[in-house]
Amino acid sequence: MPAAVREQTTPRSPLRTGPLRRSTGPGPRRPSRAAGRGIWPYALIAPAVLGTLYLLVYPLVRAIVISLQDFGLRQLIVGDAHFVGFKNYETLLGDGQFWEVVRRTFLFMAVNVALIMVLSTLVALMVERLGRFGRTAVLSALVLTWAMPVIAATTVFQWLFHSEFGIVNAVLTDLGFESFDRYPWFAHGPGAFAIVVLLIVWQSVPFAAITLYSALTTVPTELYESARIDGASGPRIFRAITFPMVRPIFMLIFSLEVIWTFKAFVQIWVMTNGGPGDATTILPVYAVQTALSSQRYDLGSAASMVTVVLMSGVLAFYFRQMLRQEDELA
Amino acid sequence: MSTTLPRARRARRIRRLPLNAAAVLTVVVCLFPVYWMVATAFTPTRDIQSDSPRFVPESSTLDHFRAAMGADGFGLFWRNSLLVTLTAVLLALVIALGAAYAVARMKWKGRRQFMLMVFIAQMAPWESLIIPVYIISRDTDMLDRLPTLTLVYFMMTLPFTVIVLRGFIGTIPPELEESAQVDGCTRLGAFRRIAFPLLAPGLMATSLFGYITAWNEFTYANFLIIKQQDNRTLPVWLSSFQNVFGTDWGATMAASTLFAAPALVVFLLLQRHVTSGFAAGAVKG
Repeated sequence: MPAAVREQTTPRSPLRTGPLRRSTGPGPRRPSRAAGRGIWPYALIAPAVLGTLYLLVYPLVRAIVISLQDFGLRQLIVGDAHFVGFKNYETLLGDGQFWEVVRRTFLFMAVNVALIMVLSTLVALMVERLGRFGRTAVLSALVLTWAMPVIAATTVFQWLFHSEFGIVNAVLTDLGFESFDRYPWFAHGPGAFAIVVLLIVWQSVPFAAITLYSALTTVPTELYESARIDGASGPRIFRAITFPMVRPIFMLIFSLEVIWTFKAFVQIWVMTNGGPGDATTILPVYAVQTALSSQRYDLGSAASMVTVVLMSGVLAFYFRQMLRQEDELA
Repeated sequence: MSTTLPRARRARRIRRLPLNAAAVLTVVVCLFPVYWMVATAFTPTRDIQSDSPRFVPESSTLDHFRAAMGADGFGLFWRNSLLVTLTAVLLALVIALGAAYAVARMKWKGRRQFMLMVFIAQMAPWESLIIPVYIISRDTDMLDRLPTLTLVYFMMTLPFTVIVLRGFIGTIPPELEESAQVDGCTRLGAFRRIAFPLLAPGLMATSLFGYITAWNEFTYANFLIIKQQDNRTLPVWLSSFQNVFGTDWGATMAASTLFAAPALVVFLLLQRHVTSGFAAGAVKG
């Protein structure tokens, strides 16, 4: 998928010679016809296929099976789980708390993705207009942020927003917002929710901004020049030229961010454990809590499967974009 | 100074002021948490717990790093993390190299389907597979063991490695290998002597990104290693650090710094590749 983001830009910029540049036409770089008949290719992919079957397909099938069984702590130890049909799904979908979690997951996703897309587009446009020094500085800062390991970043954010000695409360108090003196961010639902969103946006913008920026650099400058000669305004140029040109990449990033925020688990688990109350409980957190904390593996698996089904819509959209690229290349 | 500037340039400067201000703001917002982590790690505890924290520490200390490195099992968890990630990445590299070669250089039935499988595997909902993986590991007596983690990390990095390596192999003209074969090399020998040296940079970059994915992984390390505390990895150790060290934020930040440093260094070294945008998903937690 990352290569896809890269490859997608390539056919549009024939002048660029990146390391991954591939020929698109029928040329000498296509797989040679004479070579590779027989069982060799299959022997070469066999380990990868077997690994995927055991480590990915089997767990997925197992999850589906468990979600159709009565599977609690007893069944985990004794192993006499029996099928109960769709009972777990009925229990789940009839539970008001579950729907509350679904609603919160979508709210969480919408807020995150909107902020990420707007901010990263602005940053990408800004980087494009900066001088050489400023561009290097901003790109390096983005790369460093991106490189920050999730657990380290989560720990640092807990420290930044620490109620007593945190720098954020100190600065806010100094600025005259006395109510933030020792404000316990993680004890209030909206506060905790806001910090988790902030953390995820802070972590996600660098990738989106850098990728969008490299897409922006592939737009031919002649287009801008002729538009300016025609007297088009800045916003109008963005709408009529820039955005249509980077649209494929924009949509790819958009769907990736939707998927990634849908799966945001580590940050929430480490920072708030879904709390306070269940103010930051989104679907993946809910599934793990149900399964591993309350020992209802069946309900947890059912919740996971609902998550996968909800996500598959976005995934289908993403793959359609991907495959279009594959067809151009293969 | 400014009086000597031509008027047009001065006007340009003023016009660019909002842009440059936005750039400075972006850099500050990006770097401040990272800076604050390192700064706190060097700040003496009495300054950390003061009522008016300073942005630039007045005096510095290495006490917190000593506390973090002297913590129970620090060396052990470091070794576990290294062992698991290196094995997983190496395994993924070897297996992906074969598959990538087959896809890039050979024509066979099911090639397209195989790549589709790889792309789907890349987007695998790992967060939703914790429960079955936990239960399977429990049934097969693999709970609390490092090889389990190694296998999971191998699978997490494999699709990405196949995709990137396929791209790299595609850039090497097959004629090079073909002429070596004409000169009497076997197909394997031609690949090893001609294509492999050309692939080395690609292999390096790919493995480093895979390494970071595995290095940072928390969820599976947290739920698959439960009873055998000696088999924990660094991310889990760091997340439980506060429980052990309580309010010692200096030591916690020192531990975070020690944990983040390898990733930050690797990224800065690879910045060229990163900015060309091919790092994507594998790096993202």
